[in-house]
Amino acid sequence: MPAVTLNGEERRLPDGATVADAVRASGIEGEARGVAVAVDGEVLPRGEWRATALDEGRRVEVLHAVQGGC
Amino acid sequence: MAGFEIAGRTFGSRLIIGTGGFRNLETVRTAVEASGAEVATVAMRRVDPSARGSLLEVLTDCGCFVLPNTAGCFTARDAVTTAKLAREALETDWVKLEVIGDDRTLLPDASELLEAAETLVAHGFTVLPYTNDDPVLAQRLEDAGCAAVMPLGSPIGSGMGILNAYNLRLIVEQSRVPVILDAGIGTASDAALAMESGADGVLLASAISRAQDPAAMAAAMRKAVEAGFEARSAGRIPRRLYAQASSPEEGVAELSG
Repeated sequence: MPAVTLNGEERRLPDGATVADAVRASGIEGEARGVAVAVDGEVLPRGEWRATALDEGRRVEVLHAVQGGC
Repeated sequence: MAGFEIAGRTFGSRLIIGTGGFRNLETVRTAVEASGAEVATVAMRRVDPSARGSLLEVLTDCGCFVLPNTAGCFTARDAVTTAKLAREALETDWVKLEVIGDDRTLLPDASELLEAAETLVAHGFTVLPYTNDDPVLAQRLEDAGCAAVMPLGSPIGSGMGILNAYNLRLIVEQSRVPVILDAGIGTASDAALAMESGADGVLLASAISRAQDPAAMAAAMRKAVEAGFEARSAGRIPRRLYAQASSPEEGVAELSG
């Protein structure tokens, strides 16, 4: 069970967990429209979420649009 | 009011609304509708599972083009990554670029801003930078390939209006890309003054979102931007030190003596 940092919180994900699993664990359901992911500070395109396994210690940020500006 | 164009895209309204500071999504909706704005900014933040409703749905319902910003970034590197995340999430290569240098005044960090702008333009982004009211920096940003320049009137949320009208005039005079007055607007006359000074548009949020009646202030801002634009186009009279009579000086009756 790799421990990753998901949106600033340490989380244990099942062995073999991918970025797609982390997105679900962050609270996103369904097709995750309007969501973007950075792993260790680099943007990971949506098409690579399912194929990218998460090793111990990875830092995952799952972001979406919120109210903001001026 | 004639529309305007940024990077080949035409907008009917010259008022751009930021969605920060509104109490809830319903207030966003009523204010955006009353403002007539066709562009609305959003920020990128961590997913909050407890959040209700969809901001994107509200803005799409209102017919708004959604413009992500890089608010909260203090380095060029973070701003570039945030812009890339926004592009991934919102499927747009437009970005309102903010790189802040000081958390008390939220003034832009000129060197980081310019570096981020150059990098993002090279990556194919349409970059709209929030900048200091500095004509030299505005020129550098335009030279870097930015699609507009967005000088502040005064610090974000300060409501102090346009503190350096002279600099704004210089920026307007020199710029070949649209100039959008961004930040510091407090009330309708500030927005009108920006447009009278020759700005192509006004971007504001707090003046509406933190007003006692946001929808009513949104309607006022819509009129102010239109009035300022039309007054600018109409050509104002010159300022004079003394009066210039508007009634005929001939034919005045002798009524005493």
